[in-house]
Amino acid sequence: MDKWIKFLEINASRIFDLTIEHAILVGAAILVALLIGVPLGIYLTTNDYLAETVLQIASVMLTIPSIALFGVMIPVFSIVNLGIGFVPAFVALVLYAQLPIIRNTYTAIRNVDPEMRDAAIGLGMKPIQRLFRVEIPNAFPVIMAGIRTAVVINIGIGVIAAYIGAGGLGVLITQGITRGDNYLIITGSVAVAILAMIADGFLIWIQKRYTPKSIAN
Amino acid sequence: MITFDQTTKTYEGGVTAVKGVDFTVEKGEIVVLLGPSGCGKTTLLRMVNRLETISDGKIMIDGEDSMSLDSIELRRKIGYVIQSNGLFPNMTIEENVMIVPDLLGWSKKKKKERFKKLMDMISMSSDEFGKRYPHELSGGQQQRIGVIRALAADPPVMLMDEPFGALDPIIREKIQDEFLQIQKEVNKTILFVSHDIDEAIRMADKIVLLRDGELMQYDTPSEMLVRPKSEFVREFFGKDRAIKSLSLHTIRELQDIIGLAEFDEGIEDTITINVNHDLRNTLSMLLNQEADQVIVIDDDGNKLGAITIDIVQKYLHFEIKAKPTLVQKG
Amino acid sequence: MNKKKVISLIVRYSVYGLVALFFFWAISNNYFGYIFSESSTFLLLVKQHMQLVLVSSALALLVAIPGGILVTRKSFRRAEWVVSNTVNLGQTIPSLAVLALMISILGIGFQTAVFALFIYSLLPMYRNTVAGIDSIDENLIDAARGMGMKPVQILFRIELPNAAYSILAGVRTAIVLNIGTAALAYVVGGGGLGVWIFTGIQLFDNGYLISGAIPVTLLAIFVDYLLRLLERRIVPEGSRPPQEL
Ligand SMILES: Nc1ncnc2c1ncn2[C@@H]1O[C@H](COP(=O)(O)OP(=O)(O)OP(=O)(O)O)[C@@H](O)[C@H]1O
Ligand SMILES: [Mg+2]
Repeated sequence: MDKWIKFLEINASRIFDLTIEHAILVGAAILVALLIGVPLGIYLTTNDYLAETVLQIASVMLTIPSIALFGVMIPVFSIVNLGIGFVPAFVALVLYAQLPIIRNTYTAIRNVDPEMRDAAIGLGMKPIQRLFRVEIPNAFPVIMAGIRTAVVINIGIGVIAAYIGAGGLGVLITQGITRGDNYLIITGSVAVAILAMIADGFLIWIQKRYTPKSIAN
Repeated sequence: MITFDQTTKTYEGGVTAVKGVDFTVEKGEIVVLLGPSGCGKTTLLRMVNRLETISDGKIMIDGEDSMSLDSIELRRKIGYVIQSNGLFPNMTIEENVMIVPDLLGWSKKKKKERFKKLMDMISMSSDEFGKRYPHELSGGQQQRIGVIRALAADPPVMLMDEPFGALDPIIREKIQDEFLQIQKEVNKTILFVSHDIDEAIRMADKIVLLRDGELMQYDTPSEMLVRPKSEFVREFFGKDRAIKSLSLHTIRELQDIIGLAEFDEGIEDTITINVNHDLRNTLSMLLNQEADQVIVIDDDGNKLGAITIDIVQKYLHFEIKAKPTLVQKG
Repeated sequence: MNKKKVISLIVRYSVYGLVALFFFWAISNNYFGYIFSESSTFLLLVKQHMQLVLVSSALALLVAIPGGILVTRKSFRRAEWVVSNTVNLGQTIPSLAVLALMISILGIGFQTAVFALFIYSLLPMYRNTVAGIDSIDENLIDAARGMGMKPVQILFRIELPNAAYSILAGVRTAIVLNIGTAALAYVVGGGGLGVWIFTGIQLFDNGYLISGAIPVTLLAIFVDYLLRLLERRIVPEGSRPPQEL
C-alpha cells in the first residue's frame, strides 16, 4: 500500500497530464463525429437508399480491428507527412464514432410519432422549425444514448492510439508492458475506467437536463 | 366439475385477493367470474391450474384435491387461454396449436388430423394458416388460435382469462358466438373471467360476482338481474337494468316464444292481467301481490293461461342471451 | 431512376472507389509483398490468430451463455445484479490492460493471450443472453406454464428460440471484437497477425504493417458476414425483429 501511495505521489502530475491528453483526443474526435454524424443521420431519414448504404458502410467500419486501422493510418497519413501522432489517431476515432451516432440519430428521428409530426405541420411549422422544435427534442434521449456508446468505445480504443504516438493513458499501459511494471498498467487501466465513468456520468447528466420533461420516463 | 371449498389466497405482500370462496362449476357449464378490477378474478382462476398457490381451503377437480395431483399433469388436462393470446412467436400456427399434443407425444398423423379439425371449428383454413407465424395473423385470428390451442388435447376443463378482452366490440361479439357454438360441440367445463357485463350475460350459464375477493352472488344471469341479493349486485348490473328491459316486451311476445303455464282452476280469488301488458308491470305485480301466478286474459276476457315469476325469468334469460344488447346499461 | 437513388449509388461507388484506390496504392508500393515472400510465416500467423480466436471464443461461449441462462432463473435473480455489474465494470478495463495484467499472473505466451481474450469476450455474450431472455414477454412464459410445460421445456422451446436473435448477435459481436483484440496478443507473446502489425509500426515498415493489418480486417469483416448468414439460418422466422439492416 505504501508503495502505491509513493508511486502515485511521484507520477500524479504525469497521470493527470495523460488523462487530459486522452480526454482531448476523444473529446475532439467525438465533437467532429457529432458535427458529421447528427446532420447526416437527420438527412438519412429523407433518403432510404442512402440510409441503407451509409449504415452498411459505418457498420463495416466498426468491425475493423482498432490496431489495424491505426496501423493503416500511418502509411496513409505519411503521404501528407502526418504519419504518426494526433492526426491519424483522431481520424480513426472519428470513424469509429460514426456508426453509433448516425444510427441512433437516424432511428430516433424516424421513430418520432408521425401524429406529432402531422400536428406540427398542421400548426404551420416550417420543416426547419419542425426539426428543431419537435423532432430533435423528441429524439434527444436516443441520440444521447448513441453518443454515450461512441464515447465509451472511443475511450477504450484511444488506449491503443499510444502505439502510434498519439499519447494519452495508453502510454502508461504500453510503458508498463515494456518495463514489466504492473503499477503502471493498473494505474493506466484504472484511470481509463474512471475517465469512462466520468464521461458517461456527465453525458447522462446532460441527457437528463435537456430531455423535455414530458418524454422522460 | 370444479369445486371451490373455502378457497383463499393471500399474496406475499399481505394482500388477501380471494377470501373463502365456495362454489361448484358443474360439468359442461360456463361459469363467468365477474367483478370490478382487482377483485381477484385472475387470482381465483390461476389457483385452479396452480399457477398461484392456494393459501387456504381447497380446489377439487372431479372430486380430487388439486394439491394431490402433479402440477404438470394437472395443467395438461386444463386448457388455458389468456387475454394477450400468449402465442409463441418462434413457432408456426400449427406448432403453436399442437404444442400440448406434442408434449403428450402424439403421433404426427394424429396431430395433423387434430389440427385440421380444430381449424375447421373456427373456419380457418389449416393449409393457408398452418405454416404462418403468429405476427402474420390479425388480432382476432390470433385470439381464435389461442382458443383452439387450449382445446387441442381435448382437456375436460378450460380456464379463460378475458380471452376476448383485447378485441374490438364487433369482432368480440362474433367470436363469442363462435365460441358458444364450439362449446355446444365440445361441452367443456369452463371458468371464464370477464369484466364486461354484456359478455358475462351472453356467455354464462352461471355468474360468480366477486367484490374484494369475496363471493357476492352465484346465480344464473337472469336470477342476478331479477333478484340481486344485495345492493352491490343491483348496482353492479346497473339499477333496473333487467326491469327496464322487461318494459320493452309484452306478455304476448312471451307467450309466442315460450308459452304460458297451465292455470290452476282450483285457486279462487286469482288476479288477472291483459295479454298486452308489458312484462315489467307483470313482474312487479307478481312480486308485490306475492301471488304465485296471475291469470292472463285476452281483450275478450278469455283465460289464455297463467304467468309465474319463473316463466318471466325464463323468458328474460332467453331474450338477453339472444340479444344481449337489448339489455340496456343502467 | 430518382435522385435519391442516384445519390446513394454515388456514395456507394465512391466508397468502393476509395477502397480500390487504397488497394491500388498498396499493391503498387508492393506493401503486400511479405504475404508472398514470407508465405510460410504468414500462414503460421494466420493459423495462430484463428486458434487464439477460436479457443477463447469457444470457452467464452461455454461460460457466458450458460451463465446468462443461470442468472435469469427465478432462484438466481438476486445474483443477476451482482454478476451483471461485475461484468460491466470488467468491460471498462481496456483490452490492452487485460492482456498486460495477465502476464504477471500467467507469464508470457499463447495461454495468457487466450485467457485474456476469453475474459474479454464474456461480456457481450453474457449481456445479450440475459437481455434476450429478459425481453421475452412474461405472458408467453405464463401461457407455457399454464399448459403444463416443464421448466426445461420452457427454456429450450420458448426462451432460447425467442432469445436466439439477441444471443447470436452477442456472440457475433464478441467474436468480431475478439479477432481485433487478438491482434494485440503480440504484446503478451501470443503470436497472431498482430506480430506483423507491431513489427511494421516499430520498424516503420509499411509492408509488414499492411500485410498484417489488411488480412486481420478482412478476416473480421468476413467472419462478421458469415455469422450474420448463420444467424439468419438459426433464428426462427417468427422471432426475428421486424426490420434488420
Ligand atoms: N403477484 C401478486 N402479488 C401481490 N398482490 C397481487 C399479485 N397479483 C395480484 N395481486 C393483488 O391481488 C388482487 C387481485 O388481483 P387480480 O389480478 O386477481 O384481480 P382481477 O380481478 O383479475 O383484476 P383485473 O380485472 O384488473 O384483471 C389485487 O389487489 C392485486 O393488486
Ligand atoms: Mg385479471
